[in-house]
Amino acid sequence: MFVIGERINGMFRAVARAIQQRDGAAIADLSRKQVAAGAHALDINTGPTADDPAEVMAWLVQVVQEAVDVPLSIDSPRPPVLAAGLRACRRPAIINSTTGAQSKLDAIVPLAVEYRAGLIALTNDERGIPRNAAARAEIALTIVARAMEAGLPTDQLYLDPLVLPVNAAQDQCEEALEAIATFRTLCEPAPHILLGLSNVSQGTANRSLINRTYLAMAMALGCDAAILDPLDKDLMDTIRTARILLNQEIYAESYLQSKPA
Amino acid sequence: MPVELVRETSPGRIFTVTIGASAAEGGTRAKTITVGGHGALPFLPGDAPSPHRPVVAMEVMDAVPAEWPDVLREPLADVLDSPADWARKAVEVYGADLVCLRLFGPHPDWKDTPPDAAAATVRAVLDAVPVPLIILGCGHAEKDNDVWPRVTETAKGERCLVGVAVPENYKTLVVACLADGHSILAESPIDVNIQKQLNILITEMGLAPDRIVLHPGNASLGYGLEYEYSIMERIRLAGLQGDKMLSQPVLTIVGEEAWKAKEARLSETAMPPWGALASRGPAWEAGTAAAFLHAGADIVVLLHPDAVAATKRTIAGLAPAASA
Repeated sequence: MFVIGERINGMFRAVARAIQQRDGAAIADLSRKQVAAGAHALDINTGPTADDPAEVMAWLVQVVQEAVDVPLSIDSPRPPVLAAGLRACRRPAIINSTTGAQSKLDAIVPLAVEYRAGLIALTNDERGIPRNAAARAEIALTIVARAMEAGLPTDQLYLDPLVLPVNAAQDQCEEALEAIATFRTLCEPAPHILLGLSNVSQGTANRSLINRTYLAMAMALGCDAAILDPLDKDLMDTIRTARILLNQEIYAESYLQSKPA
Repeated sequence: MPVELVRETSPGRIFTVTIGASAAEGGTRAKTITVGGHGALPFLPGDAPSPHRPVVAMEVMDAVPAEWPDVLREPLADVLDSPADWARKAVEVYGADLVCLRLFGPHPDWKDTPPDAAAATVRAVLDAVPVPLIILGCGHAEKDNDVWPRVTETAKGERCLVGVAVPENYKTLVVACLADGHSILAESPIDVNIQKQLNILITEMGLAPDRIVLHPGNASLGYGLEYEYSIMERIRLAGLQGDKMLSQPVLTIVGEEAWKAKEARLSETAMPPWGALASRGPAWEAGTAAAFLHAGADIVVLLHPDAVAATKRTIAGLAPAASA
């Protein structure tokens, strides 16, 4: 399970403040904490507070890679900001994200090829958010075809079945799970399947419980990557336990006490 | 027709463990031994070349079991009473890469040797040979816990491999190894879950995972070999998949079990079709060792000089020096 830590995001008040004051130590600290908790990569999002998001993105990338040696997921809807982040990265990064919309694919797939980056792709497009698993699969196929055409290896793709808040679109939780199983069969080598996990519990009262329950279900269907809060220990323990139950890791009585793989 | 070989890549890598410390590192060894570092299943340099070849350790004991057969006693008859001379012969005459010193004497049911005498034996062997030492206790938990701290202190800084830690008795040994700079041999009874559990417990006490060597149980050809073989293979596969608690090099003690086999012991008159008794025991050791090398053993501990020679040939054939 490839864990991308979600905490370096200007949407969080503490991070927004750190960005505003160019407090590198606070960002470095948050980076180290996430990696120590088991994150394999860190997502970097400037959030809405930035005056010049491209410049802020480059600064964040520099600060984070000074602190930790993991791949970064450069998170922005705007291609120039993505490019600024990718340029600053010392090691191959992950782009977060494109969608299935033509204009997005045109702008972002070439970036992934140029920077040899992984590419997170949300399965929505110009028509909006698909309402069932089949419609998600159709968009996923467009994305896969486009990646192959451009020479982006399909195991560099992270297809996101687009999880919606359970309190707003309850039926979509099941549709997204169904889509996971379909995505795996789309190409060879199989694409990664990634959840933007926290979205499922947006606005609910039991966020941590809902997050970890959903992730365990998704892992059983083949989800192998997620953007989540690695500082949620119950969630990280659930991942370890699911890995044991799916025979991806060998059981030992105190498996939770060892450092995660 | 050209054949395209299937290559496997693995996300994990087996830890590298060095046994023995040179003068510059705080010890007195003229030669140190490094094992592990593999990124693939054994002897598949096309998948990932292994930086370190398997090595052969020869067993030296402070007390020889009464039931030892003559075939085993005969080549070592002149040194059986002196662990230091035995060790010297193992290295100088038979070319052992390391010496595995077994301290049976302290066992209360055997000689009940005091800890200081065991420590003196360790010192004498260290002084006799330039190679690194593996030091194993008598297996009596209480006595081992008395002996280990004295032994590790005597060998302080020599970076020995000391064992065996078992789930029921590991704390004293971990503390002693942490204090005196040694590594640990961790044993589980042919059980991958318990082996992992023991490693977690040991690392929780502060010993780094690259200071552990695994000993996944005892077996020999015809007597449970396939169980140990498959456990060793499973450990390596888990390590290669990234499980840090199963990414350690593996040691196997071959002699003890091989010489229990009836094939190694029954006389020629009792079993004429089996051929010369003198060659059966060494062959049983060497055959068992060859299988475990294929399963991923990094250190093979042997008793008979002929088995040592045969196993060294096997290693040379499987891993030519160029890929070592």
